[in-house]
Amino acid sequence: MRTLRFLLRKEFRQIFRDKAIVSLIFFMPMVQLILMPLAADYEVRNINLAVVDHDKSSYSQKLISKVVASGYFRLAGYNQSFKEAFGLIESDEADLILEIPQDFERNLIREDKQKLFVAVNAINGTKANLGGAYLGSIIADFNAGIRMQLVRPPKFSTFPVIEVVASNWFNPVLNYKVFIVPGILAILVTMVGGFLSALNIVREKEIGTIEQINVTPIKKHIFILGKLIPFWVLANIVFTIGLILARFVYGIVPVGSLLVLYLFIAIYLLTVLGFGLLVSTFCDTQQQAMFIMFFFMMLFILLGGLFTSIDSMPDWAKVITRFNPVRYMIEVMRMVILKGSGLMDVLPHLGIVSLMAVVLNGWAILNYKKTN
Amino acid sequence: MEAIVVKNITKTYGKGKKTDGTLAVDNVSFTVGKGELFGLIGPDGAGKTSIFRMLTTLLVPDSGSATVDGHDIVSDFRQIRSTVGYMPGKFSLYQDLTIEENLNFFATVFGTTIEENYHLIRDIYVQIEPFKTRRAGKLSGGMKQKLALCCALIHKPTTLFLDEPTTGVDPVSRKEFWEMLKRLKAQDITIIVSTPYMDEAALCDRIALIQGGKILSIDTPQRIVQSYPEQLFAVKANEMYRLLQALENYPGILRSYAFGEYAHATFRDPDFKTDDLEAYLTGQGLTSVRIEAIEATIEDSFIKLLN
Repeated sequence: MRTLRFLLRKEFRQIFRDKAIVSLIFFMPMVQLILMPLAADYEVRNINLAVVDHDKSSYSQKLISKVVASGYFRLAGYNQSFKEAFGLIESDEADLILEIPQDFERNLIREDKQKLFVAVNAINGTKANLGGAYLGSIIADFNAGIRMQLVRPPKFSTFPVIEVVASNWFNPVLNYKVFIVPGILAILVTMVGGFLSALNIVREKEIGTIEQINVTPIKKHIFILGKLIPFWVLANIVFTIGLILARFVYGIVPVGSLLVLYLFIAIYLLTVLGFGLLVSTFCDTQQQAMFIMFFFMMLFILLGGLFTSIDSMPDWAKVITRFNPVRYMIEVMRMVILKGSGLMDVLPHLGIVSLMAVVLNGWAILNYKKTN
Repeated sequence: MEAIVVKNITKTYGKGKKTDGTLAVDNVSFTVGKGELFGLIGPDGAGKTSIFRMLTTLLVPDSGSATVDGHDIVSDFRQIRSTVGYMPGKFSLYQDLTIEENLNFFATVFGTTIEENYHLIRDIYVQIEPFKTRRAGKLSGGMKQKLALCCALIHKPTTLFLDEPTTGVDPVSRKEFWEMLKRLKAQDITIIVSTPYMDEAALCDRIALIQGGKILSIDTPQRIVQSYPEQLFAVKANEMYRLLQALENYPGILRSYAFGEYAHATFRDPDFKTDDLEAYLTGQGLTSVRIEAIEATIEDSFIKLLN
């Protein structure tokens, strides 16, 4: 015990002596947590729209102002011909062309139907898709508005209509940040814990201090505990800072219990740190460790359900995500923070992550050889 | 009583299916008595560090056995780790901890305190104590060695392993270092030290000359020198290169090689006359020729053994 206490004191001393590392540990996550959710936004805005209005009627004016007023579109050009507007797409100034035919208003009123032409630049698939869909729904809305004015609806609808109204739960205004911030926080905690622990033992190997440690009677598990605990504490601090930032910058208050959250993160960090330690036992240089960690971190993040939903992945990828601890962390973060899930709800996640922690740490201890 | 007994240990690195690997230690046996200052003398790559790493339980031998203080290096590695002190060739203390913190750390790791064994390190520690709040990474080479020695000594080891402790240290510090070793020997600590410097060999009680993983000779430095079979001559002339060439072509020559500003040479004929050689060398166009009969050194013995 005395040895462990002393090992811990030594580790903390070394960590806090390296000013660059300390500021990185605390500063980097904060910056990322403030920058990333604001920048990495899935909502498509500022779609550049070129309008070719052959009608120039009050209706066409109404339609255009309705589209622009939606906030998703920016009027990039008001052109005389489609050819002219297409030039804008070619020079990448416009993403969409809305062509309003001649006699738009007249035909709409008289013949009760009209056609609009929408051309989409599909190089950026997401933008094109969403832009097209937005425009479509705005036009449909416009159309419904006109119907209301023109046609007096009968008392009873002549044919039955099922109207679907969606009600958004847990994130009522579909705020993207509410969804992404807990995920990013999970990733940050993983990065801090994983990288630091992986690099630490390897550093001792590189400098040669491990040689001196290995001839001492220190027991393997004491040595590894001495490496685990400091980073466990640091990652917990980073997590707490993250929660505070989420509260005051994004106004995200965990709906569920903080206790459940901290219980889960406590176990989860053991998994992450165990993984880092395992990597470090296989590597001889910090470069090797860095590359391996980077490889796995990329996989963990991209297959963790942070940016893309796991449900929409192919089946083989879904199988891989089952072995990804980050996936469980992101899920639990969203469950507890947004949905207010309790301990019973996250119990399966907790079980899996605990199992991973046991396996990874056990493997790391077995694989750390004092003799070769 | 013997502190260290090594029996036929062999170690090969990187042995695979396709390659035979590198034979680092080849069937080595030796013993070191309690309280003895034993030297492993040999060039770089001779296998000194591998022997050290096996005796300090960091490396498992392929075959053979060895004991340190009666503990087997494979089965009783725990006991060995708590009783020996090891100072690796490469400085391997925490560079970002201060002198005092390093010493304190290693004392605690071995379950002791600085105060308890201060008498052992006092002579050495007083020299670095004024800098005790300085980080180890900022120390000079000599101070680093002293600190490393303190850390290896702080748990009162029965046996001290010093792997090339004076490599890269200035001559004055080297001399001081060997004086410290003598004082430690007086404390009844068995010391086994490796060095590539032949002049340090003479300071050991007994030495083993090793080369290519094999022990060439084990004895006291005096006896190794005395057992040099022939009379050795130091020859000097105005041009070293031509002198060496001339010596090699001399009919009665046995061995000749450059040794500092002299060439050392031995001759087959026991009744060899220096005048004959001098006449020969002058005949070869060399001037200011000087020939002296000298005592062999460890290095001469080593060179003889290598050939």
